[in-house]
Amino acid sequence: MFNKFDVLETIDMIEREHLDIRTITMGISLFPCIGGDAQKTADAVYDLVCRKAENIVKVAEGLSGEFGIPIVNKRVSVTPVSLVCASFPEKACLVGRALDRAASRLGIDFLGGYSALVHKGTAAYEKIFIDGIPDVLASTERLCSSVNIGSSKSGINMDAVRQMGEIVKATAERTKDKDGLGCAKLVVFANAVEDNPFMAGAFHGVGEADTVINVGVSGPGVVKHALEGIPGADLTEAAETIKRTAFKITRAGQLIAKEAAKRLHAEFGIVDLSLAPTPVMGDSVAHILEELGLECVGCHGSTAALAMLNDAVKKGGVMASSHVGGLSGAFIPVSEDIGMISAAERGELSVDKLEAMTAVCSVGLDMIAIPGDTPASTISAIIADEAAIGMINNKTTAVRVIPVPGKGVGDSVEFGGLLGRAPVMPVHTADSSAFIARGGRIPAPIHSNKN
Amino acid sequence: MRAVVTVTGKDKKGIIAQVSSFLSERGVNIEDISQTILQEYFAMIMLVDIGGSSVGLAELAKECEALGNSIGMSIRIQHEAIFDAMHNI
Repeated sequence: MFNKFDVLETIDMIEREHLDIRTITMGISLFPCIGGDAQKTADAVYDLVCRKAENIVKVAEGLSGEFGIPIVNKRVSVTPVSLVCASFPEKACLVGRALDRAASRLGIDFLGGYSALVHKGTAAYEKIFIDGIPDVLASTERLCSSVNIGSSKSGINMDAVRQMGEIVKATAERTKDKDGLGCAKLVVFANAVEDNPFMAGAFHGVGEADTVINVGVSGPGVVKHALEGIPGADLTEAAETIKRTAFKITRAGQLIAKEAAKRLHAEFGIVDLSLAPTPVMGDSVAHILEELGLECVGCHGSTAALAMLNDAVKKGGVMASSHVGGLSGAFIPVSEDIGMISAAERGELSVDKLEAMTAVCSVGLDMIAIPGDTPASTISAIIADEAAIGMINNKTTAVRVIPVPGKGVGDSVEFGGLLGRAPVMPVHTADSSAFIARGGRIPAPIHSNKN
Repeated sequence: MRAVVTVTGKDKKGIIAQVSSFLSERGVNIEDISQTILQEYFAMIMLVDIGGSSVGLAELAKECEALGNSIGMSIRIQHEAIFDAMHNI
């Protein structure tokens, strides 16, 4: 028999503290679908994804019922589509739309992998592919796109950085009737990982097996509740408490991941240890930092508190899972975290402070609404800054900003559902365009030469 | 296969009788029971064997929830593996 307090603790975590499995994501290799013809490839992609992931929703619901733990999202990630469409990049949209239809048929909310990897250089077919992203995001509902523009090993492809500033702007413009919603489905990465289960940045890496299950756990509410039980404890004790909590959360994720992989006839890939907030009260990473003693996230001390939280989550989680991967860290998306939203509305949380915080956590400047008249070169410069943090610190960083058409500082934008709402935050208005126009490649840092 | 039934809520008469007869009707065997009352808050934990159950675990969980709603308690049944994973190394 189990210790009754352990049993009741689990029940409390699920019922009151929003413990859940945030996502079960099936990674599917599209390489077997490549044909010489765009339409044939698109048809093959649709058939393969529908067949492989046919039971993902049913299996997730079954697991949720049996283990009594909610499984919030069921998703699919695929091989970067730019590779699949290399011989017909101008028709890649056919594959994108086929993937969107497949997602709709499977009943999943997002499918990731309309992606390109250009961290060292942009091939001609990749440039055409990337130019098509705004149109594809404007004409699909569930498809997510990402572009990797830099890495610690290769430096930063500043030509791609320049192009992505323009692509983000164009995507906002094409989806202006929905406040630039297309940008919520477009991530610009440095050091992108190949087994990330979270959207919008998930894609199925080329080094992966053909069908893989990756699971993202979550539980900001559980961590906050654990900290509420030790008011006034010093930070050593707080870190220990977070570690213990992360261990339990991750063990639940590991169990579900292995069982899901077995039932879906896929390999178990990784458990991603990220603390992922949702806009619901009690599911906020910002509120954990405030529980540690900060009046409002964004004030001085936020970076230190987040660094401790992020590290403790990893230390606790790493022992609980046989394979840890993905992004594995605390997420700080502004629009998806009720504490971040209110700090931004109070003016306590700035883009500059968020940038500093991304140096110590996963992943980057995420779900931030910025003024619609922000120049493309400024967005490129924001991307370059984030990529530099990732490159130098050997970590993944990303930019997912939404230049909301027709809106400025003081306005607010509602994306709905898990994407939440965001106040439009100011960015620096001084000009970065001459720097961005230089292009070229920022060389890889000295510490990348490890061989 | 073993599962854990938890019943929580405000204490009232006849809870154990109702829950155990519900389980017995479905061929679920109760192996262990532990209960506590903390300030009128009732918490019962049962370890059960569902090997002989007439319905699957996910279906049982739905029926437990419905029974809980009808008697004003929260009733869950979960695979024991979730507790084992989270609390035992």
